[in-house]
Amino acid sequence: MNYLIGAFKPSCNISITFADGKSRKQVPIKKENGQTVMVPLFQSQENISGKISIEPLQGKKVEHNGVKIELLGQIEMYFDRGNFYDFTSLVRELDVPGEIYERKTFPFEFSTVEMPYETYNGVNVRLRYVLKVTISRGYGGSIVEYQDFVVRNYTPPPEINNSIKMEVGIEDCLHIEFEYNKSKYHLKDVIIGKIYFLLVRIKIKNMDLEIRRRESTGSGANTHVETETLAKFELMDGAPVRGESIPIRLFLSPYELTPTHRNINNKFSVKYYLNLVLVDEEDRRYFKQQEITVYRLPETS
Amino acid sequence: MVERAEDEEKWLAAGIAGLQQNAFYMHRALDSNNLRDALKYSAQMLSELRTSRLSPHKYYELYMRAFDELRKLEMFFKEEARRGCSIIDLYELVQHAGNILPRLYLLCTVGSVYIKSKEAPAKDVLKDLVEMCRGIQHPVRGLFLRSYLSQVSRDKLPDIGSEYEGDADTVVDAVEFLLQNFTEMNKLWVRMQHQGPAREKEKREKERSELRDLVGKNLHVLGQLEGVDLDMYKETVLPRVLEQVVNCKDEIAQFYLMDCIIQVFPDEYHLQTLETLLGACPQLQPSVDIKTVLSQLMERLSNYAASSAEVLPEFLQVEAFSKLSNAIWKVIEAQVDMPIFGAVTLYSSLLTFTLHVHPDRLDYVDQVLGACVTKLSSAGKLEDSKSTKQIVALLSAPLEKYNDIVTVLKLSNYPRVMEYLDNRTNKVMAIVIIQSIMKNKTCIATAEKVEALFELIKGLIKDLDGDLHDELDDEDFKEEQNSVARLIQMLYSDDPDEMLQIICAVRKHFLTGGPQRLPYTIPPLVFSSLKLIRKLQGQDENVVGEEASASPKKIFQLLNQTIEALSVVPASELALRLYLQCAEAANDCDLEPVAYEFFTQAYILYEEEIADSKAQVTALHLIVGTLQRMHVFGVENRDTLTHKATGYSAKLLKKPDQCRAVYACSHLFWVDDQDSIRDGERVLLCLKRALRIANAAQQMANVTRGSSGSATLFVEILNKYLYFFEKGNPQITIAAIQSLIELITTEIQSDTMSQDPAADAFFASTLRYIQFQKQKGGALAEKYESIKV
Repeated sequence: MNYLIGAFKPSCNISITFADGKSRKQVPIKKENGQTVMVPLFQSQENISGKISIEPLQGKKVEHNGVKIELLGQIEMYFDRGNFYDFTSLVRELDVPGEIYERKTFPFEFSTVEMPYETYNGVNVRLRYVLKVTISRGYGGSIVEYQDFVVRNYTPPPEINNSIKMEVGIEDCLHIEFEYNKSKYHLKDVIIGKIYFLLVRIKIKNMDLEIRRRESTGSGANTHVETETLAKFELMDGAPVRGESIPIRLFLSPYELTPTHRNINNKFSVKYYLNLVLVDEEDRRYFKQQEITVYRLPETS
Repeated sequence: MVERAEDEEKWLAAGIAGLQQNAFYMHRALDSNNLRDALKYSAQMLSELRTSRLSPHKYYELYMRAFDELRKLEMFFKEEARRGCSIIDLYELVQHAGNILPRLYLLCTVGSVYIKSKEAPAKDVLKDLVEMCRGIQHPVRGLFLRSYLSQVSRDKLPDIGSEYEGDADTVVDAVEFLLQNFTEMNKLWVRMQHQGPAREKEKREKERSELRDLVGKNLHVLGQLEGVDLDMYKETVLPRVLEQVVNCKDEIAQFYLMDCIIQVFPDEYHLQTLETLLGACPQLQPSVDIKTVLSQLMERLSNYAASSAEVLPEFLQVEAFSKLSNAIWKVIEAQVDMPIFGAVTLYSSLLTFTLHVHPDRLDYVDQVLGACVTKLSSAGKLEDSKSTKQIVALLSAPLEKYNDIVTVLKLSNYPRVMEYLDNRTNKVMAIVIIQSIMKNKTCIATAEKVEALFELIKGLIKDLDGDLHDELDDEDFKEEQNSVARLIQMLYSDDPDEMLQIICAVRKHFLTGGPQRLPYTIPPLVFSSLKLIRKLQGQDENVVGEEASASPKKIFQLLNQTIEALSVVPASELALRLYLQCAEAANDCDLEPVAYEFFTQAYILYEEEIADSKAQVTALHLIVGTLQRMHVFGVENRDTLTHKATGYSAKLLKKPDQCRAVYACSHLFWVDDQDSIRDGERVLLCLKRALRIANAAQQMANVTRGSSGSATLFVEILNKYLYFFEKGNPQITIAAIQSLIELITTEIQSDTMSQDPAADAFFASTLRYIQFQKQKGGALAEKYESIKV
């Protein structure tokens, strides 16, 4: 969009400010050009209000066919570039067609906006929220200004949060029992658990716990799955013998996790897995992957 | 191997370089208070410790460097905490490290600061640390990590009196922490044994022994906790440690740890928990050197007992002896393969213990020896030197302790143990016993004890089965037999009857000794008997007369037979001397027939056995000397004996010998204090005969060598003349003396006379004597007056 503005020098400046802009929490977001900017943070069902001010350049007037502001929730698939799927779209008309000679301010408000999905920046998909101001003009194209904001939704601690406990093994070779204290973890949580060795006939070199993110986009034949290993955390060094029990304590806070997203608007899913990997002296890997749910806990501060 | 060592050096150097580089960045971060970088670089630095290429020895070098750096980091953490950084956050932050080994080193370091901050109970932090360390299952790395944990936590344990003790933290927690760390370390240590190829077993065992102190350190710290009192030791510490020791089923670990337990904890505790501690012993692996362990224990307890008499009741109270002896029995039972040496060492230690703790309980000592006999009986004679050495130690212990063989003789099992020694060692032991007696001047006063003693030293008294003479050194044999001879004087009783019994007993044993020993053993026995006779002689005569009690007569009979035994040797010269000694003793007892008998025996020996002319000369002079002193003989007997003696004299081979013997015989006819024996005529006869012989000798010399021999004989005869002259023998006249002097003077001045300065001097001093007597005045001077010189 920027080059458009650059090419035809916009005849006015548009600025979007939020009503509680000074007090609202700002979070960093990565722009397409790689820059990180701070944007305000919202959650679902909040009122999004503020004002738009339009200031024509010195001595110019802005003729327009109307001014509107839109609140858009978009999903953008990278392999399907340029196509946005708006899952949310709210519009407020700010001005009837006319001319603006001098700085003019328009308040706006979207109250209790339903924003069910969180902002997400993935490998193949992006979900974003944006305010879009459009000054429609008959000629020279419309003047458009965007303001990103971030949505995060908080989930109370789940009432049922069972531990993950499992016995796995290769017959006559390796039998282990592992346990993670929960199946659902919040973003700053700690994974506590242990691995109990029931039978060890292979020479294990070490054991890691990996956190893997599986992002799947599209559907049917067009499904793209991208798996990233976000954490590789060594749990054990050396070869245990039968009867050893190795503790697990993995703090999630250092890793850039997001909540689990399941089938967002039928476009994508983001799931998290704990992958327990044992490596033997010949560098053979034995692993077991378990899905965990990641959620965002309301901040208590 | 060399290549490997070189490689290792290289790896170590690389490790140190990496460590130093990261330490440098860490310092920079510390200086600029950059926590994040400090953590990053310290983790990288610690990553060098993840190597598997170094032997424990080299790894230790690397570890020590990291250790020093971690001290700086710890200081920094302390600073951070002081500046308001939450220690809990720090505790979490270090756990973000992806690699476990650096993570745990950092965690322990922060944990140490955490405890110090007292923001959390020490026990919780300790428990967390010791649990988290389970993540390191690699033996060497795990041992060093846990050793680090133990090191940094050492001054932060909630011991009694420690600043970390509180309502929530008690010494129980400290003990729990140490026990757990110990258990885990031991498991890692034992595991080393089973990892890697079998051919490297030796190398692995060496490496393991290099690491053992890391494991033992935990016990050491436990032993130093104030709060570990007897109860806690008994109820918790010891059972838990022993459980680990027994269950690990590892020879090296069991041996080392048992030793550790014994060394680290106080003696008093050992005493009170003997049963538990000893109970573990039979459960150890059969290959464990349990004897050393138990010996150490007993040695410690012995020293403890010796330290103060006050503790002795404790030993009695816990029945230490029976527990120990039981345990030893069980261990020997359990370890079938234990060499005899091991068993003997055990008994030896037990004996030392018993002697220290129960010096009054001879039955205990005997019991130990008995048990030893039982064990030995299954093995037969001992061949290996280690075992025999131990037995000697075992047997010497009571001697040293009691300093009194009499006590030892009461031990019925003592000789039975000795029987299992080989002959050589048996003798050594016998000599030890004798030396002990001599050193302590122990008097053995009953025949019964003498019997027992001879049972012990029989190796010296007679040839044992299979004894090979040729291997014995002559010097050694002499030394041995001299010891035995010396021993006789210690066998002594004031009661004559008992003494006689003793003599009989000794005699019985000595007579079995064979011809080699008799010349050494008979003389002391004879003198010992004579001593008894003298003693009896001093007593009232009437008492002596009683039957069945010791009488000189009886003893003389015995002596006669005893000396006779020498004939098998043969040692006739010795026998002759002894006969003469006896004769003299009999003379003192006024037993004429006995004395006569002894003389007869002596004469027979002279006639029949002594053929060597030199020996004959000596023997004859002895006979003459003895006979001269005899006063018990009646005229007839005396005549016979003197006659014989004179006869023998004339038959000696060499003329000078003849001459000397004959003039010696002159004394037989003139005894100063006996008026009945003053036969001046026969004295003169003897002297004249001597002169004749001297002349003959002179002439013979002239003929055979062309020069006459020395005048010595004449001078000697002159002296005899002077002697009898002074004594008042009327047959010795001044004229005779005068002519003898002239004769000698001529002889000396004659050309044919060979020069003999000794004879000249002798003659000169004889003449001087005469002069001197003249000038002295008195009756004697008058007698001499008429002699012209």
